[in-house]
Amino acid sequence: MVPSDLRYTKDHEWVRVDGGEATVGITEYAAGQLGDIVFVELPDVGRHLAQFAVFGVVESVKAVSDLFAPISGDVSARNDALAGSPELVNSDPYSEGWMIRLTLAAPDEIDELLDAAAYDALIAAG
Amino acid sequence: MSVVGDPLQPTLFERSRAGRGGDKIPHPPKDALDRIPAEARRQTALALPEMNEPDVVRHYVNLSQLNYAIDTGFYPLGSCTMKFNPKINEWAARLPGFANLHPLAPDEIAQGTLQLLFELEEWLAEISGMTAVTLQPAAGAQGELTGILMIRAYHRSRGDIERDEVLVPDSSHGTNPATASMAGFKTITIPSAADGGVDVEAFDAALGPRTAAVMITNPSTLGLFERRIGHLLEHVHAAGALAYMDGANLNAILGRFKPGEAGFDVMHFNVHKTFSTPHGGGGPGAGPVGVGEKLVPFLPSPRVFRGGSGRYRLERPEERPTSIGRLRSFVGNTGVLVRAYAYLRAHGGTGLSQVSDDAVLAANYLRKRVGEAYDIPFDRACKHEFVASAAGIKKRTGVRTLDIAKRLIDHGYHPPTIYFPLTVEEGMLIEPTETESVETLDAFADALIAIARECETDPELVTSAPHDAPVGRLDEATAARQPNLRWRAMAGAEMPCPD
Amino acid sequence: MPYGPHTPGDRERMLAALGIDTVDALFADIPEELRASPLNLPGPEPELELAARLQGLANRNRTDLASFLGGGVYRHWTPPNVDQLLLRGEWYTAYTPYQPEISQGTLQSIYEYESLLAELVDMDVVSASHYDGATATAEAGLMTCRATRRERVLVSKAVHPHYRQTLAAYFGGGLELDEIPLVADGDAAGTTDLAALERLLAEPDRPVAGVIAGQPNFLGLLEPMAEIGRLAHAAGALFVSVVEPVSLAVLAPPGAYGADIAAGEGQPLGIAPQYGGPYLGILASTDALVRQIPGRLVGMTTDVNGKRAYVMTLRAREQDIRRDKAASNICTNQALLALAASIYLATIGPHGLRDVAAQGAARATRLEAALAGVGAPRIHRGAYLNEFAIHVPDAKAVHRRLIDRGVLAGLVLADFLPDEPQLEDGLLVCATEVTTDVEIHAFAAALEAELAAPGVGSTPLAVEAAR
Repeated sequence: MVPSDLRYTKDHEWVRVDGGEATVGITEYAAGQLGDIVFVELPDVGRHLAQFAVFGVVESVKAVSDLFAPISGDVSARNDALAGSPELVNSDPYSEGWMIRLTLAAPDEIDELLDAAAYDALIAAG
Repeated sequence: MSVVGDPLQPTLFERSRAGRGGDKIPHPPKDALDRIPAEARRQTALALPEMNEPDVVRHYVNLSQLNYAIDTGFYPLGSCTMKFNPKINEWAARLPGFANLHPLAPDEIAQGTLQLLFELEEWLAEISGMTAVTLQPAAGAQGELTGILMIRAYHRSRGDIERDEVLVPDSSHGTNPATASMAGFKTITIPSAADGGVDVEAFDAALGPRTAAVMITNPSTLGLFERRIGHLLEHVHAAGALAYMDGANLNAILGRFKPGEAGFDVMHFNVHKTFSTPHGGGGPGAGPVGVGEKLVPFLPSPRVFRGGSGRYRLERPEERPTSIGRLRSFVGNTGVLVRAYAYLRAHGGTGLSQVSDDAVLAANYLRKRVGEAYDIPFDRACKHEFVASAAGIKKRTGVRTLDIAKRLIDHGYHPPTIYFPLTVEEGMLIEPTETESVETLDAFADALIAIARECETDPELVTSAPHDAPVGRLDEATAARQPNLRWRAMAGAEMPCPD
Repeated sequence: MPYGPHTPGDRERMLAALGIDTVDALFADIPEELRASPLNLPGPEPELELAARLQGLANRNRTDLASFLGGGVYRHWTPPNVDQLLLRGEWYTAYTPYQPEISQGTLQSIYEYESLLAELVDMDVVSASHYDGATATAEAGLMTCRATRRERVLVSKAVHPHYRQTLAAYFGGGLELDEIPLVADGDAAGTTDLAALERLLAEPDRPVAGVIAGQPNFLGLLEPMAEIGRLAHAAGALFVSVVEPVSLAVLAPPGAYGADIAAGEGQPLGIAPQYGGPYLGILASTDALVRQIPGRLVGMTTDVNGKRAYVMTLRAREQDIRRDKAASNICTNQALLALAASIYLATIGPHGLRDVAAQGAARATRLEAALAGVGAPRIHRGAYLNEFAIHVPDAKAVHRRLIDRGVLAGLVLADFLPDEPQLEDGLLVCATEVTTDVEIHAFAAALEAELAAPGVGSTPLAVEAAR
């Protein structure tokens, strides 16, 4: 069961909304599918992201995947710890392995995302 | 393996001892560099290893023995056509007349090589049904870039500047979309149909006034001939686009299918696949490109011409302003092309047809045998290679294709290409080539079947393989997270040197 | 079938296993209307006849001339162990080391190549090789655009013309390439015009991603590399140095003057001229650009048992994984030539390499004096290492006639830089450690005779006579 307090995209990003700010990462399932994560490319602070726009790239030893913004907003922080320790995405995807924080532009967009039950069903279906 | 003791070797840098080696070159006069201004000179020590020749030789002989190679065993690496590399080709390329010829030598002293290149172009044109051939591209991927740049120039020459898309099937080599991007195009990916061919409906829907080219590998990367190729080519041309054929799999169709006759506008050859030039541990190769009438004006420069008097010459700079220019220095990987020429001459037309017949026969025979224990997702006549899948084994036992590949190493074989094309689950792409005997094919099939049994009886044995290789599985994650890409622990030699 | 194993019996056995009578059945899926016309090619050639044909073609090339031709490809002494080791099948008949457990030889050799070249150019990262100097330079230009997100590159006109043409073709997909002119006269004639560079860098709204210059440049002259780099960096551009590797034993390496990327032709490191390739594209960068460098990289790591081992790494940058978003489409590289360069460097050693470079300079000094003595002085005043331009009246015709006198008198500059009036009657000549006094004397004597009486009394064996 994935954390119930988060919302999810079909592309396996999670988002945690806290007031006007949202924290974004990728799910444990996604990290497991990619395997050992070796590099995460993240946007500069200040960049505006539209909902579902590509905000970065995550690389494992033998795969690469785009990262999509679950919700639109301006990048207010990024997890620079991932530059030296990308393995945090594997070991602690929902906490230490977070990727970016956004100042929300349209909080209602959260309703377009999957809740935990729906995301669980998505990954169960493979 | 015949290395004595621990097979792993210290690096050159660890073997170095100050004061060893040297005396290959007479010492220069002490004032040799006095006319070079101080600010242009090297000020720091040069930390290259100092070794005597016997140690250098042992280092590289011992290292070589850690490699698997065609000369040591069966190498069924799908999509790579690992056939025998004839030894006369190596002899020929080293003939002083070929090896010592400077690439800027005037035509009049380069007649032998120019004739060879001219004839090689003629042979490749006949084999492919194309009008003309350039030998310039250094490798298949560079051939692709050459082809796509010519297509770009063709459309532009007709004022057709809106075409910015290239269609590529999802089973293609990664070089196809990467090439399209490099040439400034957007890649449109076309899904595969259930039979492994291109999904015609999706293909037709994607074709349009923005399509510059389609890139098709035929036979496909699944080893299947694209049966609907006539239809596809017709529609490509009706849409005003051009058709590029990735010739990586040409070894299957020599004498059976000429892409130019069938309607392809341009294709590349991988001479290091089809025409036996050695892969060299990753290169060199050569990627000649054949074109139909429409693209001849745009061929890279210089071309090789034969004059009326039987003299050969290189095209002069600026002689053909429509050319896309040059994709590399000089004429091409001529040393590789000498080998390819020798291979073609050794076989002749009949021999080349036999090559494909035997390669296809061997692949089908092996498909049949491997099918005794593995899924064969497309179980119809394949061409020179086929895809087997361990999806069923994985479901039953948890053992993956990767593990089976590693276990093959213990059985004395190089693993096939795995997880390519990406469209097949737990896939292995197996290409035996025409130079492997039926005994080898049987022994390899027996090994794969035995491993399939091991997956059921002793999966741990397979998942922890290889057990009988110089090293075990590698820590690739650390290699990528903290890359160590150069040796740094050596002090430099004192400069300037004592004479 | 010269190399095939199948007896008629073998083929029958395989056909029977497949339940078919003829191999034609396996090609039934090729639509009838698209089947090939017969191959109109000669028959197979037995090895003995093939060998004679190949020997005959090789003999039609003339490699007996006293050659002063360089222009990016140089004759050197290659210790015979280089080619003998290269001929081991374990090296040249292996493929890309995708299975590291049975490719440690190739992988370690590439790691050592990366390390050797990194030391030579004084940079952090060296790719496992590119096709040649021209394509390595083109990839360097593309790297600067990716890294700076700018779309315009400046290349010195004194970079090899083939490299500039290759850059132009690689930039055909929509990037801009401008040339930096040469200084026309004075002490700096023939080198990159710094004032023009400053103007090009300062053009409003046309930000520059990279500046490319060669050391030594195509005319053999030494460029003010540190100054070019300073100007590039001041404009926010990256600096690409195009190098000749042997020279780096005595010349300042790119890392020492702040280059961000080094590119160059590795042919002088133990690789035969062989009419254009295969050669060795050197591409190196600082650590800051490691994710922008295209082509394979090999790193040192450990295996599951903690033993030191090597593996291809940072693979996700490459075309087979990243497809249309890859840094480059490169797949095949020049691994075997990288191996040749490594064996060459290990055998010749640091002192030997310095001797090669310095000996070339010493031979060139003699050549310069000999040619000046017969009325063919240098065109430029600036410092050079072992290659320089000379002025010869009616250079093109003299160059052709000198072949009849057994001398290959470098290259005709007007064919390569046609719009430089100063070079209209120029020949570019070089000397290396293999250039002998006999050859230098033969060149000077033949040139003197030719200038005195064009075409008269030419003997095709001038070199032999001088010996």
